[in-house]
Amino acid sequence: MTAGGSADPAVRPALDPPARFGLGRVSDLLWRHPGATVTAMLALPALWLCVIYLGSLAALLAHSFFSIDHFSGMVRYDLTLDTYAELFTPANFDIILRTVAMAAAVTLASAVIAFPIAYFAARYARGRWKALFYLGIMLPLWSSYLVKVYAWKLILAREGILTWLFETLHLSWLLDAYLALPVVGGTSLSTSYTGTFLVFIYAWLPFMVLPIQAALERVPASMLDASSDLGARPSQTFRHVVLPLAAPGIVAGSIFTFSLTLGDYIIPQIVGSSRLFIGQAVYTHQGTAGNIPLAAAFAVVPIVIMAVYLWIAKRAGAFDAL
Amino acid sequence: MRSSRIEKAPLGLKLAAVAGLAFMHLPILLIFAYAFTTEERSYQWPPPGLTLRWFEVTWNRPDVWAALELSLVTAATATAIAIVLGTLTAAAVSRTRFFGRETISLLVILPIALPGVITGIALRAAFSVGDIPFSLWTIIVGHATFCVVVVYNNAVARFRRLSGSLVEASMDLGANQFQTFRYIVLPNIATALLAGGMLAFALSFDEVIVTIFTAGQQQTLPIWMLEELVRPRQRPVTNVVAMVVVLVTLLPILGAYYLTRGTDQPRGRLK
Amino acid sequence: MLTDAHPAPDPSDAAGTPDKACPAVSFRGVSLHFGHIRAVDAVDLDIAEGEFFALLGPSGSGKTSCLRLIAGFEQPTAGHITIFGKSAVGVPPYRRHVNTVFQDYALFPHMSVIDNVAYGLKIAGQDRASRRRAAEEMLALVQLPDIGARSPTALSGGQRQRVALARALVNKPRVLLLDEPLGALDLKLREQMQEELKTLQRSIGITFVFVTHDQGEALSMADRVAIFHDGRIRQVGPPEEIYRRPRSPFVADFVGSSNVLPPEFVRQLTGRTRPASLRPEVIRLAPEGQAATVLDHSFLGAATRLAVAMASAAGSARMHVLLRPGDAVPEVGDTVRLAWEPDDLHVMEFEE
Repeated sequence: MTAGGSADPAVRPALDPPARFGLGRVSDLLWRHPGATVTAMLALPALWLCVIYLGSLAALLAHSFFSIDHFSGMVRYDLTLDTYAELFTPANFDIILRTVAMAAAVTLASAVIAFPIAYFAARYARGRWKALFYLGIMLPLWSSYLVKVYAWKLILAREGILTWLFETLHLSWLLDAYLALPVVGGTSLSTSYTGTFLVFIYAWLPFMVLPIQAALERVPASMLDASSDLGARPSQTFRHVVLPLAAPGIVAGSIFTFSLTLGDYIIPQIVGSSRLFIGQAVYTHQGTAGNIPLAAAFAVVPIVIMAVYLWIAKRAGAFDAL
Repeated sequence: MRSSRIEKAPLGLKLAAVAGLAFMHLPILLIFAYAFTTEERSYQWPPPGLTLRWFEVTWNRPDVWAALELSLVTAATATAIAIVLGTLTAAAVSRTRFFGRETISLLVILPIALPGVITGIALRAAFSVGDIPFSLWTIIVGHATFCVVVVYNNAVARFRRLSGSLVEASMDLGANQFQTFRYIVLPNIATALLAGGMLAFALSFDEVIVTIFTAGQQQTLPIWMLEELVRPRQRPVTNVVAMVVVLVTLLPILGAYYLTRGTDQPRGRLK
Repeated sequence: MLTDAHPAPDPSDAAGTPDKACPAVSFRGVSLHFGHIRAVDAVDLDIAEGEFFALLGPSGSGKTSCLRLIAGFEQPTAGHITIFGKSAVGVPPYRRHVNTVFQDYALFPHMSVIDNVAYGLKIAGQDRASRRRAAEEMLALVQLPDIGARSPTALSGGQRQRVALARALVNKPRVLLLDEPLGALDLKLREQMQEELKTLQRSIGITFVFVTHDQGEALSMADRVAIFHDGRIRQVGPPEEIYRRPRSPFVADFVGSSNVLPPEFVRQLTGRTRPASLRPEVIRLAPEGQAATVLDHSFLGAATRLAVAMASAAGSARMHVLLRPGDAVPEVGDTVRLAWEPDDLHVMEFEE
C-alpha cells in the first residue's frame, strides 16, 4: 500500500503562509478574533431588535407615565402616575377583570380539549396517522387568524349553521333557553360571551396541543410499563405518572393561551358583546380617543400579568417543554 | 411516548382526539362552501344556491388587488429581512457560548411572546415619538421584527444538529471560513432556512394585530378583510378572499413541512 | 464580546524551511485553560517524523485537547507549538497540512462518499477529473472501491471509519491525527483495523498521532506512548518501557494491570521507602519465596489469576498473581510461596 500522487510529502511545507489578500485574508483575521466574529454577526440583529423593538417598548412604557390633557386632547409630557390610577376606576378595572377571567376560562377549556388530541398523537398515532395528526395540528396553527375568526362569525350568526343545526334537530328551545341565561347568554351566540369564548378556544387550541404533545413524547413507554408492572391500573398510571409528566407541557401551552387572550382585540370585536377587553381598550384609546398614555398603561397590564405568570411557570419547570 | 408494542387506544380517547381534530378543521372548510353561495345579504345556511359569480366579481375588484399586492410585497420584504437577521443570530448563538446569549434568545422571542397588541402599540408610540409617517416601511419594520423568531427557531434547531465537527473537518481539510460556509454550512441549513422563510411569509401575509398600528391608511389584505368583518359591504367577496387566503397560506405551510420532514419539525410560534 | 483573540502569527519564524532533523510536532510549556479548568497544563512533547505516536489517558486527561492544539482547533493559552520547526501560533487549521480523522468521523452528510474524499483536493483547486481519480485511488487503498456514489449515511461504522481515513490521507498530510478512531467499532473489527492502520502507517511513512483511552490499543500500535493524567504528561516512552518501568503508581495502574505496592511494604523488601510496581505475570510460585494466603482464583481463559494477601511487618498487601500453564491451582485459604526476579520489582516515584 502506497499513497498515490506525485508530490513527495517530505518536501511539502507543513504550514502555509497566511493569505495576503482577498477572502482568505478576511477569513484569517476573523479566525484570529473569534469574539469579533460573533460581534460582527450579532451587530445587525442586535441593533434591529434593541433599537426598534426595545426602543418601542421603552417609548410605550414612557407614554404610560405621561398623561393626556382632557381639554386640549394633547399628551402632557410630565411624569405622573395619574394614568395608572385611571386603570383602577370601576369601568376600567372591570375591563381588566373581565379579560383575566376570560383568559383563565379559555386556558382551562383549551387544556381539556387539547389533552386527548395530544395524548393520542403522542402515544398511539403511528406512521401515516402520526403525519396526519402532525399536519392536522400544524395547519390550524399557521392558517389565517382572520379567516378563523370569520369562519366562526358565519357559524354563530343568527341565520348561520349552528342555529340551523338546532332547528333541524328540533332543539331550538334549548338554544333559546341557553341564550336567556345571564352572563353567558345574549341576543345570539355571535353577540354573547359564549361566542367570544368559543372563538378564543378555536384560535388558540393548536398552541395548547403542541407543548402537551411534546411533553408526552418525552415520556418513555417503559415508564408506563413500569407503572403497570408495579400494579397500577391504567387510570392510576394516568393519574400518577402521565399527568404529572404532562404538566409542564400544559403550563407551557397555558402561557400561550393566556397571553394571546389577554392581548387580543379582534375576536371580541367581531364576535361578542359590546363590553371591552384589554386589547380593545388599548386599541380604542390610542385610536379614536387619541389617548396614547392610557392605551400604554392598559398595554402594561398584560405585560405585568404575563411576567408574574412566567415567573410562576418557570418555578414549575414549564420551560423545558416549550 | 414510544411503545415497543402496538397498543390499541381506548375508544373514548380515540373519539375525543378525532372530535378535537374535527373541531380544528371543520370551521375553515365551511369558508369554502360560503364562497359559492348565491345569498349576498346574510350568512344563511344552508346556502340557497351555488354560483361561481363571486369569483368574477372579486377578480374585478381593484381594492382587493391593491391589498393583495401590498400584502405580498410586505411579506416578501419582511421575510427577506427576517432570514438575514434570524440566520445571523442563530449562527452567532450556536457558534460560541458567549456572554449574554440567553438574553439574545429572549430578545428574539419577545416580539412574539408578548401579545401582538403590545408590539403594535409600542411601535406606534415609537413612530409617534420619532415623528415617523406611516408607510410601507413602517409595516415592514413591524413584520420583520416578529418574523425573525420564526427563521431563528428553524435555523437554531438545524445548527444544533449540524455537528461542530463538520465545520472543523472542513477547516481541517483546508477550507477557510467562507469556503466552509459555502460548501458545508449552507447546504446543511438551506432547507431549514427555506422552511423558516416560508413560515415567516405565511405569518406576515396573515398578520393583522400589529399591522393595524403601523399601517396608517394603507390596507393589507388582512386589514381589508377586517374592515369587511366590522362593516360588511359585499359579503360574498369577503368569502372568496377568505378562501383564497386559506389556500395561499396553506402552500408555504405544506412546503415547510415537506422540507423539514424527517429531520426536524418546522418551528415557529412555538419553541 | 472580544474574547480569547488568537495571537497573530510570529513573522520571525514563518519563513524558515522545513527541516528533516526537527521534530514533526513539538510542544514547549503548552497550556490550554478554559476558565479555571486546565485541560492541558505545561506540556513538553516532541513527536518525531514518521513516528506512530499515541496519546493515552483516561477521559478528561487532556489528550484530545493536545490533538486539537496540533490540528489548530484550539490555540494554546501559554507555551509554544511548532510543526516541522515552524511556529503554529496563529495559524488557522486550514493552513496546516495536518489532517484529522474525527471520533465521530464527521463525514459530510450532504455529499457522496467520493465527494467527501475529494473535498480537500477541491478546496486546494485541483480539477474535477484528477481529484476524482485521486479519491478513487485512496478509496481503493482503504479497501473500499466502488462505494464512491453512495451517501455516507448508508455506510456501516467500519466503512465510515475507512472513508474518514481516506478523506484525510488523500491530502497527503505531514501529520495525521486520529481521535479515538476505533472507539465506535466492535471488538473484532477494532483488532483488524489496528493491524491495518499500523501497516498503512509503515507503508506511507506519515507521522500518525493517535488518541486513545484503550491502553491495549496504544501498546500494540504505537512506537511511543505519552501517558496523560489531569492535563499533564506523566510518562513518555516506547510501550515496553512504559509497561516495564512505569514512573508512577498512576501509570503502573493505568497501563496494564499491576500490583502497586505501598512504600512501607517496599521498604521491607528493598530498603527504599517508595511505591513499587510488580506485574502479576512476573510472580512465580517457588518454595523459597514469601508466604501469602490465597483469597480467590479466577479462570481467565489463557491463564488463571490468583488474588493473594502477602503479610509483612508493614501490614499485608493484596496482590494478583498470574499462574503459568501447568501450575497447580491452589485452593482458597491455602498458603503459597511467591518469588520474583529483583529486577522485576520496579521502584517508582511518588505520585505528583
